[in-house]
Amino acid sequence: MQNSPENIHQHLDEIYRKESRRIFAALIRLIGDFDLAEDAMHEAFKAGLEQWGIKGIPSNPRAWLISTGRFKAIDHIRRQSRIDPLHSSLLREFEADFSETSGLSDTEIKDDVLRLIFTCCHPTLSLKARSAMTAREVCGMTTEEIAHAFLVTPSTMAQRIVRAKAKIRETKIPFEVPPVHELPHRLSAVLQVIYLLFNEGYYASSGESVIRVDLSEEAIRLGRLLYDLLPEPEVMGLLGLMLLHESRRHARTSRTGDLILLEDQDRSLWNSDMIREGLSLVKGAFLSRRAGPYSLQAAIAALHAEAKSPGATDWPQIAGLYDMLLRINPSPVIELNHAVAIAMYKGPEVGLRQIDDILSRGELKDYHLANSAGAEFCRRTGRIEESKKSWERALSLAKQVPERRFIEQKLHELEM
Amino acid sequence: MKYICLGYMNEEIWETIPESEQNKFMDDCFAYDQELRKSGHMVGGEALEDARNAATLRWNGAKVTVTDGPFAETKEQIGGILILEAKDLNHAIRLLSKHPSLPAGRGGGSWEIRPAADLTALMVESQKRQNK
Repeated sequence: MQNSPENIHQHLDEIYRKESRRIFAALIRLIGDFDLAEDAMHEAFKAGLEQWGIKGIPSNPRAWLISTGRFKAIDHIRRQSRIDPLHSSLLREFEADFSETSGLSDTEIKDDVLRLIFTCCHPTLSLKARSAMTAREVCGMTTEEIAHAFLVTPSTMAQRIVRAKAKIRETKIPFEVPPVHELPHRLSAVLQVIYLLFNEGYYASSGESVIRVDLSEEAIRLGRLLYDLLPEPEVMGLLGLMLLHESRRHARTSRTGDLILLEDQDRSLWNSDMIREGLSLVKGAFLSRRAGPYSLQAAIAALHAEAKSPGATDWPQIAGLYDMLLRINPSPVIELNHAVAIAMYKGPEVGLRQIDDILSRGELKDYHLANSAGAEFCRRTGRIEESKKSWERALSLAKQVPERRFIEQKLHELEM
Repeated sequence: MKYICLGYMNEEIWETIPESEQNKFMDDCFAYDQELRKSGHMVGGEALEDARNAATLRWNGAKVTVTDGPFAETKEQIGGILILEAKDLNHAIRLLSKHPSLPAGRGGGSWEIRPAADLTALMVESQKRQNK
């Protein structure tokens, strides 16, 4: 039986998995309200479950679900307008707005997803709010999942999302893709969110495990989606960067969850498919001649990925890329990385001088990685006591359990 | 939809700007205001006297007290208010981004955009309460 209840159920489950975000995005365009669109979508799936068994599966299930959702929303507003007359003007506006067949084509729905991304990542929302909204509305993660990933309580996360939706509604942030001249600025607010989601999953700023897999995977999926919708150089750069980092995931931690530095990693564990894809994206970004900060970082990751052994790493070129990055984006953290890259081919003495210089300006004195780098270069130049002091300072600043274990191990080695 | 735009400026810096530059700034601002008015996007607005001419009223628990100076003693003070009529927030941002006071920097400076609140529903309820 093709239309048995089990079959229909399975079919709808699959559509939900693959298409629910697109359906949701289209419904937001048609309805103009996040909560109403979400309710309408769930009602449409429920209606499918009840009706497809009797009437058969429609030829275009997605279009059926969107237009059913739209009618459910009209019903809802109609009921409201009976209670509250303010809704009737809204209803008229709303019914006049769309004709039966408009706006359900593939291109239109692709644009809907892009509109949804730009709305969730509007620069007038805080980075935290943007990340939460994107994870929930674009990736379809539940509030509980996002709360867990960001180490806050579900009620805190729920409140963050409610406030963001209220801001979108009350300040009237439109559901639209920005025009070309506004794109660089608006896109950077989107890329920042995707990279934050990735890093939150990859570096997990605190807690037990170094990698929170789900968020990194979601961020990469989002990067792919955005690349498909908007193949801009920096989108390629960011996707490449994430893939190149992700390719090292299994080599990055030991079985016991300890951190393994790049130079000590077993390079045969690196995922060669992801590296290949990452490299070709980086190349594409540079060919456009509009490579920005993400592409530059991706190029640095690419040089690491291409080195067969730590000794074969092209440090002069990496230092050169950090230099370019510093010019676009002056930051003490990039300066620190630049210093480390230079030290790798000019010797630890040179690195140490630069790190001391950065630390003495005070900007990074509470950053555990700056102190760790200083400690390591002290050790390499035989200044054991100074090295110990720096490791101890790094330990007092590191929050993540595996990082703390790593530093303790380093201290232990110096004691011996 | 109405957006109330609060223009902040640093009066101390403004006073150090040569007169010819101040004049150019004012000319540009007036011209842009006129453009906004013509296109129907500017529905109101006022420039404000210096913050040192401000008075602040507070309730001290028993009576109203009047003190000199602005509500908050910050370097940047509201120098002008503009009421924009815009389609949505992006439209308002677009209109205000072209305001000549922004690139002029220095004494001119930052704009805060706040949508006007729609209190129609609250007023209807209030009316109902009063009619009882």
